[in-house]
Amino acid sequence: MPDKIRITLAVNGTKREAAVEPRLLLVHFLREDLGLTGTHVGCDTSNCSACAVLVDGKVVKSCSVLAVQADGREILTVEGLAKGGQLHPVQKAFLAKHGLQCGFCTPGMIMSAYALLKKNRHPTRDEIKRGISGNVCRCTGYQKIIESVEQAARNKDW
Amino acid sequence: MAIIAPLIPPHFEYASPRSLSEAITLLSRGGEGAKVLAGGQSLMPLLKLRLASPSLLVDINRIPGLDGIKEDEGFLRIGALTRMAEVETSDLIRKGYPIIHDAAEVIGDPLVRNLGTIGGNVSHGDPNNDMPAVMLALGAQFVATGPSGERSIKAEQFFTDSFTVALDHDEILTEIWVPKRSSRSGGCYLKLEQKVADFATAAVAVQVRLGEAWKCEEVGLGLTAVGPTAIKARKAEQLMRGKKTTDKNAIQGFGRLAADESSPATDIRGTASYKKQVVRLLVIRAFRKACERARGG
Repeated sequence: MPDKIRITLAVNGTKREAAVEPRLLLVHFLREDLGLTGTHVGCDTSNCSACAVLVDGKVVKSCSVLAVQADGREILTVEGLAKGGQLHPVQKAFLAKHGLQCGFCTPGMIMSAYALLKKNRHPTRDEIKRGISGNVCRCTGYQKIIESVEQAARNKDW
Repeated sequence: MAIIAPLIPPHFEYASPRSLSEAITLLSRGGEGAKVLAGGQSLMPLLKLRLASPSLLVDINRIPGLDGIKEDEGFLRIGALTRMAEVETSDLIRKGYPIIHDAAEVIGDPLVRNLGTIGGNVSHGDPNNDMPAVMLALGAQFVATGPSGERSIKAEQFFTDSFTVALDHDEILTEIWVPKRSSRSGGCYLKLEQKVADFATAAVAVQVRLGEAWKCEEVGLGLTAVGPTAIKARKAEQLMRGKKTTDKNAIQGFGRLAADESSPATDIRGTASYKKQVVRLLVIRAFRKACERARGG
């Protein structure tokens, strides 16, 4: 069996060190080693993006990145959005607009929406659709999700 | 009884070299079992499904100098490690090489494009990938770096079979060279897909250079997802060369010959005969758009 590799990374602003198997996926590292189960595994085949997290500011599928590749990087998961017991404006918007039914896709949807809005604070409806086009929801049909992102974009508190 | 288990990649050794020469040494020493890890957006799914089981992954993501987009006297030069998101948002590419922009924005989904690289898209050799047809239409060259230095491989000689390209196991694709844009040239990539991040039902890449009286001086045509590799439709190109962009018979023939040169398979995305019709129509539409762009429209 290959030797474990030491990695040091920042997850939601906290420094983490670990020794990981080369084959360990970032999503499994986050969920199983760090207990950050907000990041979901929806499909296992890189299709659904329920596992979306930000790596150095870019939204990626954490099921399609190795934990060793995250060495030295900054990771933001859905758990890192709320501050001081206050939900992030993107989270508040999903709550207010009912941008979810079962909630399984929500962490990934929120991370994609957050990444989109970080780049573009005033997206058009088409830009929102394109921004979340990699995230699959099997319940709501996306209308409420798009409205949630529009609401988050209107919020001037962030 | 079906056993549902999380999809976990097989064991492999991992190396993250900081220089190209170190990476090539690792690939040489690792033999056929050593594979390059670039954006990983095709490789990771293959590992999880255990369709690939390399003994060593050589991660080239921390090697400086492998990404970037620039133009010199003769070529647009795209570093192989350039992420698709960077290709998609490059003004130089959108304005000067719209055919590449067209393809970049329909590859995978936004998350895939944040990591997926242009070099990986071509060197994976998947006939469903979008950039191979574009590179065939553009007459691009690929720079490969191996133990004995650099060599250049023409796109039309690069895609040798499904998932097989003309790279040795210890060579790394380092740069893509596209002939520099000239006046009166334009291109277009059109893709029919059932949903975002799916492979194309069919897609086509058309590049033209117009001459006197808007005749086609040069025509490049590449086809995606309708054969064992991306296809350079030589007969169709030949037919259109020297014809006027308004020659309706020629344009119809261009589409028909392209359909003839495709060899799609019947699958969940459609029957072979349906896909041939898709090729024919997309080729005609892409040709018209390419000509419009070449005229400065």
